[in-house]
Amino acid sequence: MKRMITVTINGEEQELAVEPYRSLLDTLRVEAGLTGSKKGCNVGDCGACTVILDGRPVNSCLVLAAEVDNCDVRTIEGLQHAPDRVHALQDNFMQYGAAQCGFCTPGILIMGKALLDENPDPTEDEIRFALAGNICRCTGYTKIIEAIRHTARQLAEERQGVES
Amino acid sequence: MSSVPERILPEFVPGARTAHRALAHESAVGHVTGGATYTDDIPEPRNLLHAWVRLSDRAHAGITRLDVEACRQAPGVVAVMTHDDLKAATDVGPVAPGDLVFADGEVTYWGQALFAVAADSIDSARRAAMLAEVKYEEREAILDIRQALERDAAVSPVRTIVQGDPEGAIRGSAHRIRGQLAIGGQDHFYLEGQVAMAVPQEGGDMLVYSSTQHPSEVQHLVAGVLGLPDHAVVVEARRLGGGFGGKETQAAHIAAIAAVLAQQAGRPVKLRLDRDDDMILTGKRHDFLVKYEAGFDPDGRLEGVDFMLASRCGISPDLSDAINDRAMYHADNAYYLPNVRIVSHRCRTNTVSNTAFRGFGGPQGMMAIEYVLDEVARYLGRDPLDVRKTNLYGVEERNLTPYGQVVEDNILPRLFEQVERSADYAARRRAVDAFNRENPVLRKGIAITPVKFGISFTTTHLNQGGALVLVYTDGSVQLNHGGIEMGQGLYTKVAQLVAEEFGIALDRVRVTATTTGKVPNTSATAASAGSDLNGAAAVEACRKIKGRLRDFAAGRFGIAGESLRFEADALHAGEQRLCSFAELCKQAHLGRIQLSDTGFYATPDIHVDKDTMRGKPFYYFAYGIACAEVVVDSLTGEYRVLRADVIHDCGQSLNPAVDMGQVEGGFIQGMGWLTTEELYWDDRGRLMTHAPSTYKIPVASDVPDDFRVELASWSRNRAAAVRRSKAVGEPPLMLGISVFHALKDAIASLAPKGCSVHLDAPATPERVLLAMERLRRATDPAAAGEPVEEDAES
Ligand code: FES
Ligand code: FES
Repeated sequence: MKRMITVTINGEEQELAVEPYRSLLDTLRVEAGLTGSKKGCNVGDCGACTVILDGRPVNSCLVLAAEVDNCDVRTIEGLQHAPDRVHALQDNFMQYGAAQCGFCTPGILIMGKALLDENPDPTEDEIRFALAGNICRCTGYTKIIEAIRHTARQLAEERQGVES
Repeated sequence: MSSVPERILPEFVPGARTAHRALAHESAVGHVTGGATYTDDIPEPRNLLHAWVRLSDRAHAGITRLDVEACRQAPGVVAVMTHDDLKAATDVGPVAPGDLVFADGEVTYWGQALFAVAADSIDSARRAAMLAEVKYEEREAILDIRQALERDAAVSPVRTIVQGDPEGAIRGSAHRIRGQLAIGGQDHFYLEGQVAMAVPQEGGDMLVYSSTQHPSEVQHLVAGVLGLPDHAVVVEARRLGGGFGGKETQAAHIAAIAAVLAQQAGRPVKLRLDRDDDMILTGKRHDFLVKYEAGFDPDGRLEGVDFMLASRCGISPDLSDAINDRAMYHADNAYYLPNVRIVSHRCRTNTVSNTAFRGFGGPQGMMAIEYVLDEVARYLGRDPLDVRKTNLYGVEERNLTPYGQVVEDNILPRLFEQVERSADYAARRRAVDAFNRENPVLRKGIAITPVKFGISFTTTHLNQGGALVLVYTDGSVQLNHGGIEMGQGLYTKVAQLVAEEFGIALDRVRVTATTTGKVPNTSATAASAGSDLNGAAAVEACRKIKGRLRDFAAGRFGIAGESLRFEADALHAGEQRLCSFAELCKQAHLGRIQLSDTGFYATPDIHVDKDTMRGKPFYYFAYGIACAEVVVDSLTGEYRVLRADVIHDCGQSLNPAVDMGQVEGGFIQGMGWLTTEELYWDDRGRLMTHAPSTYKIPVASDVPDDFRVELASWSRNRAAAVRRSKAVGEPPLMLGISVFHALKDAIASLAPKGCSVHLDAPATPERVLLAMERLRRATDPAAAGEPVEEDAES
């Protein structure tokens, strides 16, 4: 039997009817029509489905939609500031060539965002550790790590600019 | 959306505006915003059904009963297809038959497709599929290479390459060793799993969206199972979330299942394999067993080598012949083998049919010779680097391959020199040795290994590509070609080439989804040949259109056609700008000039004698070199890669940013293959490592602490490949072999000089530990290199 949940997705409150066993990932992709979050393994091992749930990164394939009633969810579709203005992380992923096939990219960007929210100045090791649950089969990670590091530096400079 | 940014990287060809530049991937914006559409993201048509495939749970058995009645009656089920329900072809073997859509009275591997269900949701389909009654009568199964060799089970006949007199040369050598090496397989783990959506069209036609590297073959095989001519099936693929060879032939099976269900139901059907099923049902890289005997002089110079390469092909031929051919063609890697015999066994086993994987057998062949050279060095107590350099192909002499092709473009000596310098090899070798003298527990190892990879499909007729270029009257261009974009940047590179030809900005060129309806009869995007073939075809199409535009403009402006140039979005004569490209197109259209054309390219100058395997299978070679350093905990076998230095040859790179990505990613994927990625089948033939939880793919924390990658920007392709670039898809994978040998080097530090160091791949921490344990026990230098007794010399 379906039940109704109220969930805020990328700042927009939505009412969705979901089966009790439906995952948040499927709900996002099908019911909410947001296909940016990817299904790589469906068992919590690849990170392609990472979204931010109430401020924390989760594998949305492991979360039941029924659990997110009254929660706040941020997906890749909500990362950019405006339709024509991408987040610095997104910009740097493009600049550095951090996406090849791009299938892991939404999950990694969201993980990167969650990392920088929690730790604005991560070391390279901290980035590697934060990403250890996100598989990328194409890039070898180097460009991803560089892009996240560079974003952290940029955002720090911006913050300093605002302060001074 | 902002236009794609350009990363600052060295400019390869200063004159070029678009080609050779480090431009971002054509889908970069889509990738980072989530807007890039993959097959599973295509808006689902009304009435879409979802499919589930029931897999066998025996490796080899007769099917005494398969009753799917309960599935048909289950809620939500619209169609069930078994072998007996198929109306036309029942086999989707790409080259030779052997790959059944559904099992026919017998299962021949664990995980074989028995039947499929289409229902209104995945859950209904899955539940229904479990309701079937299946009864087996177990039969004896051949599960691995050794069993297959014992029983002469093969998917195709043994092949042999011989050059010189290997037996005599080995017998006459001052030193001899022999031994064997097992090399594991590899799962592709493309992040986007296998998926297809089949949508019935009017008149019984079928449109199939397929995550495939080979749309033309999917078209042909789907048409076969539907009982339709090829023209009634269209296959389309805009982009793949990774392929790596795993979607070269395997995608056809998935598409065929979706298509027969769709035909049966008269409704669209999507089949998106669950990851575990994907890993169980679809083929992987071939695992190999290598036996070798080698004779060499006191400097370690190989005089004779005898190789036996046996691979596990699984239940059917699939592409195994070509893959094993390529393994044979790479058993020399970078080294001159004057007297050599390479015998290749293509073993048939009751396991999933192994298939293409980046490198296509080449990596396994290279592992064989690199292993032998390392063992030669261990035997002589010398630095493996010296032995490798001693055996390197010469530039003017000592340059004949075992298969009769002369290596005409050898840049290996320069690559060795360059990496030794940039990686500071000599000093680090001393530091590693000093470290090992002082540390009883932690051990370091360092190794340099080269790559020489032959470019071209070894099946000569596959070396062709096609393109369709449409110029519109506003001067914008739509480009379509036979290649598949799977993350390797092919669409970007071909678009760059087209923009360069017309002298227009890259954003004036739009690449559209690859479809059999636009460019027909294409080859798979494989063998690293994507940009060579499709790029050259697109350039040819552009040149035809330019020729007509030039003639038209020559008449219009009264200027000799040869002096007209297309650059900076305009037509120029000398210094003079005549008109914008858009204006030219508009005028030409009014002048009734055809603004579109097709292009075609066939690689020249290659040929192979099918029987002897001799000839010139490769148009050219791509080269690379890597130096890796590791530290190993000798009590646990755990290790880290401390540093890797890579120099890779892309000729005049068409896009250095894209190529760097290929090199870095290839290295890590190759490293994964030889270190942590272990496929394990139990004694009933069941794959036990069918999810990333048990199958260990490198993650960010496994990347070398210090990873330095360079392109050999000085290299030019001597062959006339498109803009003197070189193929880059596969070769870098084999740079990962350096990590395996660095581990072997660290292990060797535990033993006195002269000891053989046995290590199978993948060198998991467990294997590394066991290898170390073996050496700790065996301190007798006489056991070195398993020498042939009577000739053993110190
Ligand atoms: S799809 Fe959720 S972790 Fe892989
Ligand atoms: S870019 Fe393909 S998996 Fe990461």
